[in-house]
Amino acid sequence: MANNRENGGLPSRREVLAGVVGTAAVGGGAVAGAQQADAPKPRPRAPEDPTKMQGLVPRPLGERSAFETPRRLVRVLEPSSSSRTPLQYLQGIVTPADLHFERHHGGIPNIDPERYELLIHGMVERAQTFTLADLKRFPAESKLRFLECSGNGGTAFQNQGRYPRMSPQEMDGLTSTSEWTGVPLKLLFREVGARPEATWFLAEGMDAAVMTRSVPMEKAWDDAIVAYAQNGEPLRPEQGYPVRLFLPGWEGNASVKWLRRLELSHRPFMTREETSKYTDPLPGGKARMFSFGMDAKSLITFPTFPERLGGPGWWEIRGIAWTGRGRITRVEISTDGGRNWEDAELQEPVLPKCHVRFRKLWNWDGRRATLMSRATDETGYVQPTRDALLAARGSYTRYHYNQIRSWRVESDGQVFFAG
Amino acid sequence: MPAERAVAAAGLLLLSACAPESETGSPPAAGHDAVPPVPSEAARALPRPELHPGMPGLLNEAELEALAAAREDGLADIGHLPEFGFGETASPERIAAWDIDIGPDGEGLPPGSGSVERGETLYRLQCVQCHGARGEGSQFEALAGRVPGDRFPFAEDRRYRITVGSYWPYATTLFDYIRRAMPQAAPGSLPPDDVYALTAFILQLNGLLESGDSLDAESLPRIRMPARDRFVRDDRRGGPEVR
Ligand code: HEC
Repeated sequence: MANNRENGGLPSRREVLAGVVGTAAVGGGAVAGAQQADAPKPRPRAPEDPTKMQGLVPRPLGERSAFETPRRLVRVLEPSSSSRTPLQYLQGIVTPADLHFERHHGGIPNIDPERYELLIHGMVERAQTFTLADLKRFPAESKLRFLECSGNGGTAFQNQGRYPRMSPQEMDGLTSTSEWTGVPLKLLFREVGARPEATWFLAEGMDAAVMTRSVPMEKAWDDAIVAYAQNGEPLRPEQGYPVRLFLPGWEGNASVKWLRRLELSHRPFMTREETSKYTDPLPGGKARMFSFGMDAKSLITFPTFPERLGGPGWWEIRGIAWTGRGRITRVEISTDGGRNWEDAELQEPVLPKCHVRFRKLWNWDGRRATLMSRATDETGYVQPTRDALLAARGSYTRYHYNQIRSWRVESDGQVFFAG
Repeated sequence: MPAERAVAAAGLLLLSACAPESETGSPPAAGHDAVPPVPSEAARALPRPELHPGMPGLLNEAELEALAAAREDGLADIGHLPEFGFGETASPERIAAWDIDIGPDGEGLPPGSGSVERGETLYRLQCVQCHGARGEGSQFEALAGRVPGDRFPFAEDRRYRITVGSYWPYATTLFDYIRRAMPQAAPGSLPPDDVYALTAFILQLNGLLESGDSLDAESLPRIRMPARDRFVRDDRRGGPEVR
């Protein structure tokens, strides 16, 4: 294998993914990633005049310009952990697959696609297994859809104003948009003869958490996808390779990755992830269960911390908005802390259950200003203030933090998160 | 007495005294629904406990109608497509190899049993380093603790922890989760007797079983958790109201 070690004796990416070097190496890779983001590296070099020499020849696999080093933000190196998308780095709506956020409860499993099988059983006429080749043979569909963890934004919500040095990535980086391709779940359910009395199905992963969630059958008959591709290529391991469930507009955890089993039933299963976790305590001694839908939310991604505006004049305020309940119909911007609001422009395409890019030109007068964005969706839902969410849910609501965010631009141009 | 146990004991004593006015109805009773443990073979012959009527996720008439309509629409969407017949029939053995989930009615619980006492021994060997000697949590999550009066103040009061005893609505979830995912370094390694024993011990830490008790497929789903009736379906539907 010596000729495999082109990178100075380190295990190759393939070896790590193949598990040749064991699971510890996956963690080790993450450490390296986290450190790379922090350690200052010498600036790459470029010729004085690139027109005076021939450039690189074609390569079988492309890579980013050496000047671009976006990184996901890895907080804790545990199997149950996450990494966050650098939202402030992105333009448009698509998240490059290698920057798509991660959340998993038992690490990233290593699955051989040739041995992969999806089992569907329970309240069906014929319990069946499907190989990856079987799944790919069915008519496919592709949809651009966001995926957001319902815990996204929790730190900002619960520590109001305590962390002004928070970037969009750190605050809200558990959301991404991809084009997802797969089989409509209803097609598979028709194949196995899903019985009309089935009201729920269990989705189970083949990771070390053997992740399980109960999903209402209604979602299967609507827009659930059994997905095997993301942005044109097979799913990334972090995103569920080779096959995941994808439930458009719903909290990320329910879109079970590394999907191995679907069981149809007459009742939910009450797994740990839908009881102990992913439930929302309410004032009055109750808790909301099966709170799948992601309400409308928007977020300015420029200018934000750690940006410093170079001086007064024209700047374009940019950001993303999304809703799990259909289409975003409007995004408004305030530059005076919420007293006055003006419409931002929505960049086409404005797709349902998908990030939408918004923009608004702003002539900054050089004085302290507070920037906010507020989204409205097609159901008439308006992104609430933090106070409105507090009133409805109590101070320690655990998930679904879609309150309006604000950013303070100081007179020296430095931007801070302002709650 | 460790603090968590004191809280649990106080919780049991103050059961009826501490319910705040804002919460209507009598506080849920803790512990067994007065059914003595019976051997597991007999258990399997018995009907499973009924799902309690307020269980979130049991559909009412209107919801059943909506589901039937959604099914019809969904099938209509793909009505132009042939039946493909891809895939293989799954044998009962194939299904059994993966079908490890346990329902809130106890469906799926395997034969076997385990005592609180044995659970304590197993816990000391395999769980204590991450969850603390009495489930108070150390490196990782707390597993034990009750709120005085079994109140459910989590939206507004951060002093109380979300634990099996204070928050989990079904004891069956504990068996399901431990069997599939714990201990963290060797998930799926515990045989059913060990899972029953560990489940029993964690319930005992939460004041929901006595030290002499054991659990099996018959008794586990009959344990009524203090927070069972605290859960409601999601009422957010979009529209102008913030919920
Ligand atoms: C190496 C540390 C470790 C060990 C040992 C361990 N656990 Fe855990 N346990 C965890 C972690 C981490 C989680 C949370 C996983 C997640 O984030 O999904 C957890 C979660 C749990 C939960 C769910 C808690 C909740 O509130 O949702 C239970 C129950 C549990 N463990 C039981 C056990 C039992 C029983 C054992 C012994 C057989 C055990 N654990 C051993 C680390 C450990």
